[in-house]
Amino acid sequence: MSQDISSDVLVIGAGPAGIAAATIAAEQGLKVIVLDDNRQPGGQIWRNLSTAHHPSTSKRHPKQQALDRLYRSGAQLLTRRVVFNASASGFAEALHETATDSNVETFRFQQLILATGARERFLPFPGWTLPGVFGVGGLQALTRAGYPVAGKHIAVTGTGPLLLAVAAHLVAAGATVTTVAEQAPMLKLAPFAASLWRQPAKLVQGARYRTKLRSATYRTGCWVVKAIASPDSHTLSAIHMTDGTRTWTEPCDLLACGYYLVPNTELAQLLGCALRGSFVQTDAHQRTSILGIFCVGEPTGIAGLEAAIMQGKIAGLACAGKSTPKLLRRVMKQQVFAKNLEYAFALRQELRSLPKQDTIVCRCEDVTFAAMQAYHGWTDAKLQTRCGMGPCQGRVCGPAAEFLLGWKPPISMRQPLYPVPLRALSSPLASTSKVAINKIEGIESTKERI
Amino acid sequence: MKSFDILVVGAGIVGSAVARECALLGWQVGVVSGGTLAGSATAAGMGHVVVMDDSPAQLALTAYSQSLWHQLAAHLPKSAEYEGCGTIWVAADDEDMVQVPAKHALYARFGIETNILSAAQLAHAEPNLRRGLIGGLLVPADGIVYPPAVASYFLAEATRLGAEIFPARAVSAAHGEVRLNTGAVLAADRIVLAVGADCKLLPALPIQRRKGHLAITDRYPGFVRHQLVELGYLKSAHTLTEDSVAFNIQPRQTGQLLIGSSRQYGSTGPEIEPEMLRRMLDRAIEYMPSLDNLSSLRTWTGFRAATPDKLPCIGSASGLSDDATLWLATGFEGLGITNAPGAARLLVAAMTAQTPAIDVTPYLPARMKAQVSMPYA
Amino acid sequence: MPETLALKINGQLVEVPSGTSVAAALLIASQPFRLSVIGEPRAALCGMGICFECRAVVNGRAHRRTCQLFCEAGMTVETNL
Repeated sequence: MSQDISSDVLVIGAGPAGIAAATIAAEQGLKVIVLDDNRQPGGQIWRNLSTAHHPSTSKRHPKQQALDRLYRSGAQLLTRRVVFNASASGFAEALHETATDSNVETFRFQQLILATGARERFLPFPGWTLPGVFGVGGLQALTRAGYPVAGKHIAVTGTGPLLLAVAAHLVAAGATVTTVAEQAPMLKLAPFAASLWRQPAKLVQGARYRTKLRSATYRTGCWVVKAIASPDSHTLSAIHMTDGTRTWTEPCDLLACGYYLVPNTELAQLLGCALRGSFVQTDAHQRTSILGIFCVGEPTGIAGLEAAIMQGKIAGLACAGKSTPKLLRRVMKQQVFAKNLEYAFALRQELRSLPKQDTIVCRCEDVTFAAMQAYHGWTDAKLQTRCGMGPCQGRVCGPAAEFLLGWKPPISMRQPLYPVPLRALSSPLASTSKVAINKIEGIESTKERI
Repeated sequence: MKSFDILVVGAGIVGSAVARECALLGWQVGVVSGGTLAGSATAAGMGHVVVMDDSPAQLALTAYSQSLWHQLAAHLPKSAEYEGCGTIWVAADDEDMVQVPAKHALYARFGIETNILSAAQLAHAEPNLRRGLIGGLLVPADGIVYPPAVASYFLAEATRLGAEIFPARAVSAAHGEVRLNTGAVLAADRIVLAVGADCKLLPALPIQRRKGHLAITDRYPGFVRHQLVELGYLKSAHTLTEDSVAFNIQPRQTGQLLIGSSRQYGSTGPEIEPEMLRRMLDRAIEYMPSLDNLSSLRTWTGFRAATPDKLPCIGSASGLSDDATLWLATGFEGLGITNAPGAARLLVAAMTAQTPAIDVTPYLPARMKAQVSMPYA
Repeated sequence: MPETLALKINGQLVEVPSGTSVAAALLIASQPFRLSVIGEPRAALCGMGICFECRAVVNGRAHRRTCQLFCEAGMTVETNL
């Protein structure tokens, strides 16, 4: 079954940037639809935050404030939509999945705002495929979705500002965080910390995390080199850590390990938007190289929550043909912050030697580092080893190979962007049957909430 | 200038099979690979080893090649994913079923054993086919392979025997000289063009690019057991002017299902054409309804090298070119994988003035001469 | 106490609070999510629908991302081990 839904502005991704973009565009009187893969809006940073469900009496969480405003704006939010195909000619196809059923919807748009966010970067090391090893954001997402970590001993390692935030979250959930290990050296982190003085909100946040984590060791300049399985089972029991000169063992039940963020640019690439480096190229008004397509938030650069929201607002206004110089100036400032982040959490060269010959790099197809190293680029390696050919479509091993081997991922993007049931590709584009939007099942409509 | 007995331009499955065959003779072999090994039709195609009877000449070549695959099978590395799964030609209606006994008899004349399947036998052999299909023809000796790994094995064999691989593109190849895009020039007594649909090197060749779409699923071991092809496939493959689709599915060794097929002329870009993809998948789901819920991982396109008479060009380029050093192994349309071992043997037989295992007259490039000056049919 | 619901994981009845993702339920039940291509047990990695390590058979359909699905009463989950 397929349905055809039209809008002035289609926003893909209901994280902070997408929500901001949709809200502003709808407030300008445009007909706006926002799609998200997840069951709840909020993106990864606001994923399953309980404050959203139970707004506290006095000051509500920024997520709830943003959602309230979104709902008031008249924008239509549709969750559980996996966008697997889109065309600059003005449509996107999404799979709407529930536990029992799925159907395809075609969304026609005049203008499109991509707010597809970022994912964690994973680097392969011996033992990283063991159950009990998670991403940093990954473990946070799973605990927010009901995985109880109370009583567990957890090491939080990798790089990026998320480490402290997640460690604090895990402690609040009753876990014992045994160590927080940041690969970046203090020397590089210091200027980042200094830059926070110009961003007081961020500093307060950091201080709050540290207070919660008083019991945990926070180390800089060290990283995990190996995850050790318990002798009688296939679960994690300890990790080997190093600071580059010394190596030691730390027991733990769970390991959260992630190496900052990789922008989700696949949809932008499928649409033909030009990239600048790893990011989607945009102008000051968040316009991509394709007329009528905007991009906001992390696909354009990893610059934090505030920048993402401001970019969303700029794009929302731009869709209505408006702009505010004040916003544009503020985003410029955030870009300095982004540069500081990039410098502070740059991956150290030693991490290139994390994988051993027999370490699996492509987890979907179980392709080892040695097997991949035998080739000189993605295309040959894919054809001969199957790396990147599994269901994650190279989203995990692609960025890893880029760092480890210097391979630029092949840019030819084709539908389906995510695995979908075959019938999603075989059903015809819905004709112009006018389906009233408020009749669509699963809608998180604005009206009931006002 | 580096000099060889033979230079093979193209490192798809045909070029690499030719390189291996020549290396086995003890010749000094150079291979101009174009950068990516097995990157074009060999990477894009389905990888069937299948006997086809579109014409007697096609049947002779595919039957010969199939016998060579059987010899090769034991030597292929595991990565080649050779599976002797057999093909079932599926009959949907009486018109299809009429073809079955005729096909059975024709194959028998070429020494190929086949089994006629009743509706019940077909349903038993492939429970996920829709009900109401009326029978089929099983060709047990057909198989499937993973072509890039086979090409890689052929090249590794050639290299082991001393062949040299140049990961560059040929900008010209004539009169015993191949110029590479790197500026290097290589010399050889013979040059073989095994360039598939990319035949700019010999514009006189009347080869057209015939676009195909494919889709692959996640792993569903046991869902399909044989390569399945609708009996209408030959009608689809045969038509020269119209875009067509046909039901064709392969159970890959990984448990994945590879789904085809479509044929188009005049579409030169590599992009997915949603309408063709939909038609192709609709056809597949029509034959196998429960496919519709299986998770599809990827879709892609590729280009077959199609000649006007749907037969490949194997042999000296004389008649198309006054260049006595030039040889051809191209124009295989959808049968490059199947026919690679046979083509390599026939080509080498012609170069060494040996008696070929089958009559090569139908494949000689010179037959294209008549076509050259004519507009494409 | 939050409301709970019961689902079947590899034939075993498991009770979880409502609002629990299927991935979290598999972790609660200490079940590996799948066996990899070479036979290693694997569990959820990214928790956000990207890595596909958390695939399992849900209500008879294979290769579902369990981190993106929420438990429902009477749901069946099989990890194909």
